[in-house]
Amino acid sequence: MADLTPTATVPASFRIERKTGASAAVAIAVWLIVAALAALPVFAGRDLVEELIFVFYMLALAQCWNLLAGYAGLVSVGQQAFVGLGGYLLFALTIMAGLDPLVAIVLAGAIAAVFAVPTALILFRLRGAYFAIGSWVVAEVYRLVLAQFKQLGGGTGTSLGPDITNAVFAIDWIKSLLDVRTPAARDIVSYWVAGALAVGTIWLIRLILRSRLGLALGAIRDSEDAAESVGVDNLRVKLAVYIVIAAATGMIGALIYLQKARISPDAAFSVLDWTAYIIVIVVIGGIGTIEGPILGTIVFYLMQRYLASFGAWYLILLGALAIAVMLFAPKGLWGYLSERYGLVLFPIRRRLASENHA
Amino acid sequence: MIVWVDALIEGILLGGLYALFAAGLSLIFGIMRLVNLAHGDLIVLAAFVILTVAAWLGLDPFAATLAALPMMFVAGFALQYLLLDRTLGRDLLPPLLVTFGLSIIIENGLLEIFSADSRRLHAGAIETASILISRDISIGVAPLIVLGSAVAVILGLNLVFYRTALGRAFRATSDDLEIAQLMGIDHPRIFSVAMGLAFVVVTIAALYLGMRANFDPTIGPGRLLYAFEAVIVGGLGSFWGTLAGGVIIGVAQTVGAQINPEWQILAGHVAFLVVLVLRPRGLFPRAID
Repeated sequence: MADLTPTATVPASFRIERKTGASAAVAIAVWLIVAALAALPVFAGRDLVEELIFVFYMLALAQCWNLLAGYAGLVSVGQQAFVGLGGYLLFALTIMAGLDPLVAIVLAGAIAAVFAVPTALILFRLRGAYFAIGSWVVAEVYRLVLAQFKQLGGGTGTSLGPDITNAVFAIDWIKSLLDVRTPAARDIVSYWVAGALAVGTIWLIRLILRSRLGLALGAIRDSEDAAESVGVDNLRVKLAVYIVIAAATGMIGALIYLQKARISPDAAFSVLDWTAYIIVIVVIGGIGTIEGPILGTIVFYLMQRYLASFGAWYLILLGALAIAVMLFAPKGLWGYLSERYGLVLFPIRRRLASENHA
Repeated sequence: MIVWVDALIEGILLGGLYALFAAGLSLIFGIMRLVNLAHGDLIVLAAFVILTVAAWLGLDPFAATLAALPMMFVAGFALQYLLLDRTLGRDLLPPLLVTFGLSIIIENGLLEIFSADSRRLHAGAIETASILISRDISIGVAPLIVLGSAVAVILGLNLVFYRTALGRAFRATSDDLEIAQLMGIDHPRIFSVAMGLAFVVVTIAALYLGMRANFDPTIGPGRLLYAFEAVIVGGLGSFWGTLAGGVIIGVAQTVGAQINPEWQILAGHVAFLVVLVLRPRGLFPRAID
């Protein structure tokens, strides 16, 4: 890969910067919000904690898919493969290998990354629509293979016993610290892990996008051929992104199924739950931005919270909303807001600033 | 030995059904590169339309299908003209998301109207009739009709595609949309007719889906995958390829099931992936992606 850092050609009186006027203030606000959310279990009820766990893992999954599809051009309909794999690895590592669930979550990510390599070798021979369908078929293969493991409940699935869910590291400490019962303490551990995964994923993606890899991704997103012609190794860049995202998705999947404590092939590899909803979140919020999936997750959560009781009608509304956004606001809510008001919360772009005006 | 021959024959017949699922998809994917994730749900929707028409007019499933065909053609034309045509372009995401949304709407709409109960299209004695080939092997009449219909549909599509002015426009837009437009082809209308035709094929597929086994509103996505596998294995834009693809998936499934009943669907998917690894553009591609 050629040296893509543009500083070499910039005269001394200019510098490259990413900061915008608002972004420095936003950075402080973001850390304040993160700190407030981290302290939330001290005073919030269990219902809110459980709902926020859902928000955090959907947000983390949305950020992952956004990096794949919005930046690397890998429009996958099969990310449920890694959610389900992560979930099943958690069950296998805790039930069969007797590991602490938190250790199992980290290991599940590592193993998912290992599985991503052969998966990528098959899928990366395909492009565009073929890649999308192929990734879904691969996820089905994962589902059908894991349904063969009788030790993990076969086709009907299995549950984590309380001996495992209550053995999570730090549960006793939280119980005495916050004076709560075991189930509540379990939720709080999941809450912190889910929050850490969401913040960690956003931080990782921001880091990637601001690095050389991010420049290469931007070039690929704008034009694959042009990127290749200036020396970007498209295949290597995409492979790196695919594997990193598989690891993150595997960890998120493990956390989801630690929280649910019950797994079945159909639920763990559900294309609706782990891919369709995620795509809807990203597109409603605004694909190809870090802010978009955050906004999309909030919208999705509010809809889920207040409309899910309508059952089928809620889903019909969600489908209609997805269609409407794609037709009338393809850049999503964030795209609309940032175009209209020039907002940038997570600056990725490099801008040229001159000393004279700065 | 005889069980393997039996599995092979069954697989070929099953392949006929999959080819019917796939033929409509092959038409629209080949002509306009539209990834229609709602295709499976459209087949299920058509099965419910046939069911409803049969119940209202007191017809048998075959006559009800004939009555449903014009309605479905109009529905397909309208869907393409009013909605899907706006999603076409270089970007894969708009059609993907819109048809995903459509899939969710159809499935849940059907659940709301017809409930989650299993249904069946009853065609009478023909369902159980069979022809004795040898002492050990007999072939069901209904699966033979399905395979025959698949061949007929594909012959018909080829006829339209290669022998008519409409087919010339189809082929032109398939090869290069921009040049075709320069030559004065009104592509929204052409695409809408293609979608209408695809809906006609979908309705025929739905008849046999409903006759062969129980169906309910949730089985669409599974049929979608079989259909896509058949199209991709066969190669973009080749209808005979789609038939071959359907047969390959069908045979892989029945042979897999013969080894272990739990491997039926898995074997089909694995066969698809193996073909893709060896021939990423499928076996008999006509058009260039």
